[in-house]
Amino acid sequence: RCLAPGALPRRTDPVLKKRDDFEDILEERRNSSDLRYAFKCYTPVLYRGLTPCKAATLKSMVLQSEQLLHVINQVSAESGESTDVVKDEAAAILEEMAHRLQLRTIRFFAYTLSKAFKALYRSVCVNEEGIQRLQQAMQEHPVVLLPSHRSYMDFLMMSYILYTYDLSLPVIAAGMDFLGMKFVGEMLRMSGAFFIRRSFGGDQLYWAVFSEYVKTMLRKGYAPIEFFLEGTRSRTCKSLTPKLGLLNIVMEPFFKGEVFDVNLVPVSMSYERVLEESLYARELLGVPKPKESTSGLLKARKILSEDYGSMHVYFSPPVSVRSLAQGRINRSQFNLTPRHVAQKPSEETQAFVNDVAYRIVRLQQENMVVKPWVLVATLLLQSVEGMELTELMEQTSWLRDLARMFGAFLDWPDHTPCSMVVSSSISLHRNLACVSGSRISLVVEGPQGPETPEEALFNRAVSVLSCASYRNQVLHVFLRPALLAMALSNANSSRKEDIYSCFDFLRNVFSDEFILSPGASVQDFDEACHLLVKCGAVELLHQDVVMAESGRTFFYPSSLKCYEVLSSDLQKNALNALIRLNVVRRVRT
Amino acid sequence: FSCSSSGVKPAVATGLVGTVQQQDIMKWNGWGYADSKFFFNKKGQGEFTGKRYRLSGLILPSLKDWFEGTFGANLQHKSPPSLNTSAVAPPSLNEAFVEELKSTGIPFSHDTEDRVFRAHGHCLHEIFSLRDGRVGRCPDMVVWPNCHNDVVKIVELACKHSVCLIPYGGGTSVSSALECPPEETRSIVSLDTSQMNRILWIDEKNLTAHVEAGIIGQDLERLLNESGYCTGHEPDSMEFSSLGGWVATRASGMKKNIYGNIEDLVVHIKMVTPRGVIEKSCQGPRMSTGPDIHHFILGSEGTLGVVTEVTLKIRPIPEYQKYGSVVFPNFQQGVACLREVAKQRCAPASIRLMDNEQFQFGHALKPQVSSIFTSFLDGLKKFYITKFKGFDPHHLCVATLLFEGDREKVLQHEKLVYDIAAKFGGLAAGEDNGQRGYMLTFVIAYLRDLGMEYYVIGESFETSVPWDRWVLDLCRNVKERIVRECKEKGVQFPPLSTCRVTQTYDAGACVYFYFAFNYRGLSDPVHVYEQVEHAAREEILANGGSLSHHHGVGKLRKEWMQETISSVGLGMLKSVKDYLDPNNIFGNRNLL
Repeated sequence: RCLAPGALPRRTDPVLKKRDDFEDILEERRNSSDLRYAFKCYTPVLYRGLTPCKAATLKSMVLQSEQLLHVINQVSAESGESTDVVKDEAAAILEEMAHRLQLRTIRFFAYTLSKAFKALYRSVCVNEEGIQRLQQAMQEHPVVLLPSHRSYMDFLMMSYILYTYDLSLPVIAAGMDFLGMKFVGEMLRMSGAFFIRRSFGGDQLYWAVFSEYVKTMLRKGYAPIEFFLEGTRSRTCKSLTPKLGLLNIVMEPFFKGEVFDVNLVPVSMSYERVLEESLYARELLGVPKPKESTSGLLKARKILSEDYGSMHVYFSPPVSVRSLAQGRINRSQFNLTPRHVAQKPSEETQAFVNDVAYRIVRLQQENMVVKPWVLVATLLLQSVEGMELTELMEQTSWLRDLARMFGAFLDWPDHTPCSMVVSSSISLHRNLACVSGSRISLVVEGPQGPETPEEALFNRAVSVLSCASYRNQVLHVFLRPALLAMALSNANSSRKEDIYSCFDFLRNVFSDEFILSPGASVQDFDEACHLLVKCGAVELLHQDVVMAESGRTFFYPSSLKCYEVLSSDLQKNALNALIRLNVVRRVRT
Repeated sequence: FSCSSSGVKPAVATGLVGTVQQQDIMKWNGWGYADSKFFFNKKGQGEFTGKRYRLSGLILPSLKDWFEGTFGANLQHKSPPSLNTSAVAPPSLNEAFVEELKSTGIPFSHDTEDRVFRAHGHCLHEIFSLRDGRVGRCPDMVVWPNCHNDVVKIVELACKHSVCLIPYGGGTSVSSALECPPEETRSIVSLDTSQMNRILWIDEKNLTAHVEAGIIGQDLERLLNESGYCTGHEPDSMEFSSLGGWVATRASGMKKNIYGNIEDLVVHIKMVTPRGVIEKSCQGPRMSTGPDIHHFILGSEGTLGVVTEVTLKIRPIPEYQKYGSVVFPNFQQGVACLREVAKQRCAPASIRLMDNEQFQFGHALKPQVSSIFTSFLDGLKKFYITKFKGFDPHHLCVATLLFEGDREKVLQHEKLVYDIAAKFGGLAAGEDNGQRGYMLTFVIAYLRDLGMEYYVIGESFETSVPWDRWVLDLCRNVKERIVRECKEKGVQFPPLSTCRVTQTYDAGACVYFYFAFNYRGLSDPVHVYEQVEHAAREEILANGGSLSHHHGVGKLRKEWMQETISSVGLGMLKSVKDYLDPNNIFGNRNLL
């Protein structure tokens, strides 16, 4: 697939997407010594022209960079502090931030994680072609790895995979919270994590140290840089709208001509069962997130005895920033200021970075593997009170076909009857669903003794939200057609313009809830029309879009999911939408 | 690291004093003198013919290997030119103009050969078409004014009869500036200035010389030398390019560090425009009289009128000249050294830095070694640099130097520069390497003709760029872009993509790129070439390079003018054009 803008056909048929095959990397781990694996000869191919340097050299390069010195002088002039004091401050920030990647620690993790992963997962499947493409890209250009973020496992898994395939280990932007964990924080630092504060809004010096640190690593091709566009783990398993700060930073060296190109590699990490599943539901309901602590981690080791099914990691083809920027960014705008003077990105640049961010998140979504359970959970949530197993089977197989038609990356075993597939996924998720007799229903955990109505409600909400976090994994497949279906039933007429404007309005309403690239409204509308026509739900007549006779089944009137309204995430997004639509207004910030 | 002697004579001596039949001793479909060319002899060794250059008559044993190795070319695969010139359309003459011109007695011609010779510059597509026997729109006639007044008459007649004039100097343009606009319906007259080639006076008190603008560079230098002077203006094309051409394109000379570029050398200019003659009333060395009108003329590329006479600064011939060279372990170090030299403002008359590819190329032009002893010495030097000093032969690069002045100062200067170089890991590599570097400049255009016989096409282009942007950045990005574009466009062999720094300034440098590839298997190689050059220029601009340092804009780079000087700036230039030449008599359509 060509990723250059404009090269994309206006309407892509998602079914035609070709995806690579997977290999299970745990298989070899189960058949050979973990110790030998941890001590294997590790010789990754490096970025051409790279002169390897130590983490400490890197730090001094950053501290002596013109960029940073410029800001230090500015800060010192503004605050009246001497430059030496500010320099020390900068050095302290960098000390707190910088990683200390060393192979020893990696090897330690390689050993322990092998043990842990084998206990947790049935398989960890990786697309090897993606790895090969990545290896090629790493030699030619600085690479930025952009995995989806669903679990703390994500970055451990990333480094583990890269080590397994003998690729350069990434340096990873991590939240400062981890440093709260004694010992573990430092271990992570030694395995390539660098730590940034969650917010440092106005702190010019902090920003300068941080961005220069990242850019230095990128320019030198020191190591692939890894961060999470979504900024934080998605508690709902829906992709979060991307944060742009770091993406801006890694693209700047290209804009300023310091590197020929930067390659962005979206990585989709899909879990059959997420470790944090019920924690997330509780968090969404307002139970504070447990603070990261080493003792917490040790307590959590009971999870090792549970079965988390399989995991899929898909490395998408590298996206060249250069080709994306072709015709969109006039790089000569950066020519009139010396490079060490930070420039506020122009509107054009901001819009571009934003588009790229959305594009990457959509690529992550596209290659996210959807498990059968996701379909089961989707259907189960339509009838929270439970349903007949036979009906579930029937509907699951219908939904499977529809999802396939809409281009979902479905991991559905071949030559296995639908009933077996469904029952085996139910058994893996027995904490969420149970079969009694011929009916299936949600499992609601409760205390042994009597429970108050509040407790009952809370526990039920936990189950619904946990289940919803699985359903959410397939939403991106149905999102556009669903918005169109809603538009069809809400619009005043069947005229295409009316329906489009209704569609566009809905996109705006849901722009925090889902990944809807700004400016892609027409494209989305076309895609939605295409899909609904294809499945026979609507017909395009001349200037009209009308519901087809056979399409009635697609337009279920859905009952309000009151439990989901309890999710703080949904509330936040709804509020944002209302503010955006000028329905309500912020009075105090 | 040869220490055998080769290279071109300092200024090429056996030149021509312009004659009407200038084309008799020059190639009509290639570069330079008809008697000078590269070829591969029966043994497959490279040779350079003629007697004009130091390289002439010598055998170049490494040329074949370099040529085949770099381009994947093969001496068995020749792409011979087809010499069919009958395709030239008959001239469309403006009879009234011709009649009146006859009465002035100014010589003119509409002979096909004369017309074709002045219908092109030396862009790749121009030469390539000629070799294919394809000729586009040609001037319909050629006139040879003999002096300023002749030009005044011609321009008046052109205005009166609505004839399009295209000034022609040395014909070395590489910007499509001489191409006749195909959409031009009027009769096109090529105004050849070659007969206006006299030095009118020399003023030793003020150190100026007043010269007719048609004089060719090497003639000007030689004639001034006879009186003990020089201008010191030595663009790489000086064998063939004219004073008027330099003014019209803002030319730059190799030794500008001492003598300045053309805009620094010019004291007074006389130009004939459709509106009348423009010149200043005095020869004061600097004036505060509003924007300098010279700067409308400098770089006007024949769109406003004909430069007829120029007063230039002259200098006594320097007492002593010395070449030199320095080897650096890599390009970055070399650049850092040049930057330091520029910072300390101690640049020699010329300082240039070749990248590794060009260093190897220079090597390929080493003549046969005359004795076992020299070859032994060469081996020893190579051993010293690569083994003892640990330079990687695939990374090292060479700076070539030229010092001028009185002997003592030159030696001091030389020491200063070598000391700076040493700080950047540079090792002095002898005078011969330096001299050979400068020789390359003169023969490279001949080499392109050789390449074209074996499916290899190439071209050079240049830019100027601030210091901080170009080392590992502009140079690397442009070279890489070229390689990639070639691959994308289906070029089957890796291209030669190399650069050198040819001039240093306080705030930046001039970078020169050479780009060539083997086009076997391509159906439209020139189109591919043009696409790649276009992409390379975009890359240059995106990386903070200028549209041109000294080649000019012509028609080749016109599309970027607005972006380069802003639409307001373009409007300013247009309004000057509209005032001076409302009927577009100077209709070569360059620049704007």
